[in-house]
Amino acid sequence: MVANTPGPASSPEPGPAHGARSDVGAVRPPGASEDAEVLRGYYRQMALIRAFELRSAEMYARAKIGGYCHLNLGEEATVVGLMAALRPSDYLFAGYRVHGYALARGAEPGRVMAELFGRVTGMSGGRGGSMHLFDAGLRLLGGYGIVGGQLPPATGAALAIAYRGAPGPDSEAVMCLLGDGTTNIGAFHEALNLAAVWRLPIVYAIVNNQLGMGTPVEAASGEPELFRRGCSYRIPGERVDGNDVLAVRDAALALMESAREEHRPGLLEAVSYRIRGHSVVDPARYRSAEETQRVRDLDPLPAFRARLIEGGVLDQETAARIDDETERTVTAAIEFADTSPPPPVDTLFDGVYATPVPNVFTGLPGDPPPDGQTTVTTLGES
Amino acid sequence: MGRTTVGRTAEQTAEQAVTYRQALHDTLRAEMLRDEDVLLLGEEIGVFEGSYKITAGLLDEFGPRRVRDTPICEEGFVGAAIGAAMLGLRPVVEIMTINFSLLAIDQIVNHAAKMRAMFGGQVSVPMVIRTPGGGGQQLAATHSQNLEVFYAHVPGLKVVAPSTPADAKGLLASAVRDDDPVLFLENLALYNTKGVVPGGDHIVRIGTAAVAKEGSDLTLVAYSRAAVIAHDVARRLEDEGVSAEVIDLRSLRPLDRATVCASARKTGRAIVLEDDWLSYGIGAEIAATIAEGAFDYLDAPVRRVAAAEVPLPYAKPLELAALPDAAALTRVIREVLEATRFVPRRVPSSQG
Amino acid sequence: MPEIFMPRLSDTMEEGTISRWLKREGDQIRRGDVLAEIETDKAVMELEAYEEGPLTRILVPEGGAVPIGAPVAVVGTGAGTETGTSTGTSTGAGAEAGAEPGQPARPPATPEPATPEPTAPEQAAPAQPSEPVSPIRLPSSPLSRRLASRHGIDITTLTGSGPGGRVIRADVEEAIARRDERPATTRTARTARPEAASPAEPTPRASRAEEKTPERAETVREGEEREIEKAEKAGDVEEVPLTAVRRITARRLIQSVQQAPHFYLTTMVDAEPLLAFRAEVNTRLGERGPRVTVTDLIVKACAIELREHPEVNASWADTRILRHRRVHIGIAVALDDGLIVPVVHDADVRTLTEIAREAHALADKARAGRLTLDELGGGTFTVSNLGPFGIDHFTAVINPPQAAILAVGAAQPQPVVRDGELAVGTMMALTLSIDHRVLDGATGAAFLTGLKELLQQPLRMVV
Ligand SMILES: Cc1ncc(C[n+]2csc(CCOP(=O)(O)OP(=O)(O)O)c2C)c(N)n1
Ligand SMILES: [Mg+2]
Repeated sequence: MVANTPGPASSPEPGPAHGARSDVGAVRPPGASEDAEVLRGYYRQMALIRAFELRSAEMYARAKIGGYCHLNLGEEATVVGLMAALRPSDYLFAGYRVHGYALARGAEPGRVMAELFGRVTGMSGGRGGSMHLFDAGLRLLGGYGIVGGQLPPATGAALAIAYRGAPGPDSEAVMCLLGDGTTNIGAFHEALNLAAVWRLPIVYAIVNNQLGMGTPVEAASGEPELFRRGCSYRIPGERVDGNDVLAVRDAALALMESAREEHRPGLLEAVSYRIRGHSVVDPARYRSAEETQRVRDLDPLPAFRARLIEGGVLDQETAARIDDETERTVTAAIEFADTSPPPPVDTLFDGVYATPVPNVFTGLPGDPPPDGQTTVTTLGES
Repeated sequence: MGRTTVGRTAEQTAEQAVTYRQALHDTLRAEMLRDEDVLLLGEEIGVFEGSYKITAGLLDEFGPRRVRDTPICEEGFVGAAIGAAMLGLRPVVEIMTINFSLLAIDQIVNHAAKMRAMFGGQVSVPMVIRTPGGGGQQLAATHSQNLEVFYAHVPGLKVVAPSTPADAKGLLASAVRDDDPVLFLENLALYNTKGVVPGGDHIVRIGTAAVAKEGSDLTLVAYSRAAVIAHDVARRLEDEGVSAEVIDLRSLRPLDRATVCASARKTGRAIVLEDDWLSYGIGAEIAATIAEGAFDYLDAPVRRVAAAEVPLPYAKPLELAALPDAAALTRVIREVLEATRFVPRRVPSSQG
Repeated sequence: MPEIFMPRLSDTMEEGTISRWLKREGDQIRRGDVLAEIETDKAVMELEAYEEGPLTRILVPEGGAVPIGAPVAVVGTGAGTETGTSTGTSTGAGAEAGAEPGQPARPPATPEPATPEPTAPEQAAPAQPSEPVSPIRLPSSPLSRRLASRHGIDITTLTGSGPGGRVIRADVEEAIARRDERPATTRTARTARPEAASPAEPTPRASRAEEKTPERAETVREGEEREIEKAEKAGDVEEVPLTAVRRITARRLIQSVQQAPHFYLTTMVDAEPLLAFRAEVNTRLGERGPRVTVTDLIVKACAIELREHPEVNASWADTRILRHRRVHIGIAVALDDGLIVPVVHDADVRTLTEIAREAHALADKARAGRLTLDELGGGTFTVSNLGPFGIDHFTAVINPPQAAILAVGAAQPQPVVRDGELAVGTMMALTLSIDHRVLDGATGAAFLTGLKELLQQPLRMVV
């Protein structure tokens, strides 16, 4: 663990299932205190995300999915670790690379895939697509397609929590995800400053996959050790190995805890590596073959699997069974999505306002005004 | 997805058919060769070669001094370009899509547009913001907008929106050489469209609309992608004995009202097609212009065909329903023709 | 509640324009009151009330043109009318706002049972807004309105075929075609619309060829319009709306030029005796009488000569020629916005001073726009004198259905051969335009020679 400030004053006492934190790159055997079922659960989630993302790429190629489609491939450990640190009562704001978080947060894979397919059964009713998953019940308050767009609203959610309740172990808290490249946008700095001066219960979790599209962190950030960027606002920052699900979880837990108990914002940087291009259509040619190979070697999924087998938590057979199950789950999700209808065209205007608003002068393009007349042509008539 | 389709060889002297993308690329390159003060700024324009590959190869050719990848900080780099322009450089900024320009709108509207007037004409801001707009790619609500009207509304800015490769070349060259801030609107759906581009130095004066197709029966006014649709529809109507004139605005500010009104006066019927939402849009401006400048010549109200007034949904059927297309335009054309009891002229049938 | 209609105020009038309302809404109207001034094709006339009661509603604002028989105002206190007035127009609020201080605003539009209040309306009158009330408007496209007014078609007589009954260009074009068909005996009927095409309807190819004719005409007009539009676009022109006089003048002149085959005879008159005679007459008349002008002398001479040559005092009437028993001579008077031709009736039986007096009165009235229908109608021959404008010689367009018009140039010093010797004389050109359908050259020549001789021996006119 690297920290630019000393850890929280009262060093958090992790729950029985949570061990110590890892250093970057270190892969250590699971501690004795880890519950085997929990660990297998992490593996299952990571495998599910992997399978889901690979099939998503396929579905994109099959033109079942349109628009932009960003995958969490290579970030599975980070995704699962971060989500493991959240309580159901916590709120989550994400960027546009959001499939895995929804799945790990407990969204039905079918509903996630249906959103990617643009079907009415999707998480956002087919209206948001891949980048804009939302589930109020899961307190997943959105994927956001505009870089940095999620940061101020997440900060405001934390304000609402602080406004309504005192700090304490039962306090809710917010986790706001963002990419490494997103730390360069003005909103990042404005949000962090607000959270600091208002003492808000929020953890900003930087998913540092080392690239923002084609730009490496060092090329984009004056301070490439992104966790240090909290310094300016006296927000404690920590960096963990994003390929280590447990390290991520534990670091996140600690920061979430100080957010909860002290209403103190935190900044977490989880370093992983993006296995594929920025989105499914990006061939990522700007990366050399060696680099690509190196990335594959760091792949967190086989590493965690090996580690669990090594630690006796998982055997080959169980692992294979889990892999099969996730494959089937994803296949079922695809089937569900594919057999779901798209939103009916006559619902086009639904949901734009909370209140009834005669929003539309015209209905569909070129429609005449509602009275059926193209213009009011009679004047002075009584 | 394959590699960039932008060719690296760009020395173009004769007329040839190239894509809109290639025309932009070649013009940027030519302007950089022509003027050392021209530099490019933007996200992913160098190593990544541009989100839409307009700048492919330029980093290799001109180096990082003149082709600058920026962090994701639209307000910052647009503002920086303004400052550089104040000192006489001619930055060409790429904003990945017009949606992200909203993060820079303060710099564009409160700064670039104001400086010259507010500082008593002592400084000008010769910069270009290139940015594509448009929906139809299932990019959902935040990534599918046509926000050019925000900028067209603002005195101090110029806004151009070419629809053809030739105009892309001519207007981009004009924009780079212009001493005022120019928002240069591109369109995602146009990048792969092809057209003949004049060779050599080709300039299209900012503020001039094009009569893309002459006609006598009705006037279609559009710009950018919508102009292409309007042109297609007009060509098809020709077979049915309807002679539609297509006005491609090309420039939204300054707006060539004279050409629009002259056409409406000639035909007596006018329809505006725009990708944007209907209310308060470019179409509204055109309709008002025609009402003021050609009122006595109208045989029917000016009609607008525009996007449905919703945040654009992701789902394809909804997106299709919300966006104006050739069918919607054709339907409204028929309504206007019917309302004026238009009798199509006979068309020499191909069967003889 | 009686409506007041656009009266027929001249023989050729098709529509009238309200040039001025002399009464306002709310005014009490008595029989014989002059309600408004109406501009017809010929003159500004008075609109006289035949009804009594308050002027409830003005339907046509100043400047508005409607055809004969169209309602222009409503007189009377019928229940319901008032309601319609106050709510149907934008004046309700204005009426209250404009009420004089201390005076109760006009009671709101409660339909009062028709209890005539003899004084109240008059008191209330000043509180009425002065702007004219917007008339009932038929939906019509701007283009159709412009076309209609350019072609002198009254749009309110048309039935709109556009959405919601909107009058559209096609409706106006059909109306123009219909109107043009009637007098157009020399031309093929315009077939602007397929349904107007010949009922024979042979092969599609043939019918297509038929349609070509009007289309080509169309193209010429389009070319003209393009020129006009070019100029308009360049800001090189200023638009002058047509007055009724100008519009009707234009239409009638076109009709004349297109339909009456003109030919011209010119002769030079030695004007010296005429001018001397005029001077003498005026000296003699002194303060007592009108100043006799050259025009008056020419009118007198024409009247005499027309008696001698009744063939010239004639009209073309399509199937026959009408010879007039009485001689009524029109005198062309130039106005700012057109040409008007008041008529000196029975000029042949009037004395020179009578003619002079009458002609001057008519000219004054014409310039004031106050000619009556009678003063404008019935001409059998016309004199147009541009001499006072310094014109040597010109040809005039016949005022149909008359057979001829005399164009008079200025009397000017010119070399003449007098008694075999070159001398300086004062000469005046007379040009007679003749409708060849009515007259032939010899007849015209006889008339013109007679006229010349008379003018050169002016004493003959009064003896
Ligand atoms: C305001 C804005 N600018 C630019 C973009 C285009 N864009 C989308 S993702 C991205 C890179 C973001 O990188 P990073 O924050 O590292 O996230 P990652 O994609 O690596 O998850 C960019 C520039 C955008 N969506 N919004
Ligand atoms: Mg990144």
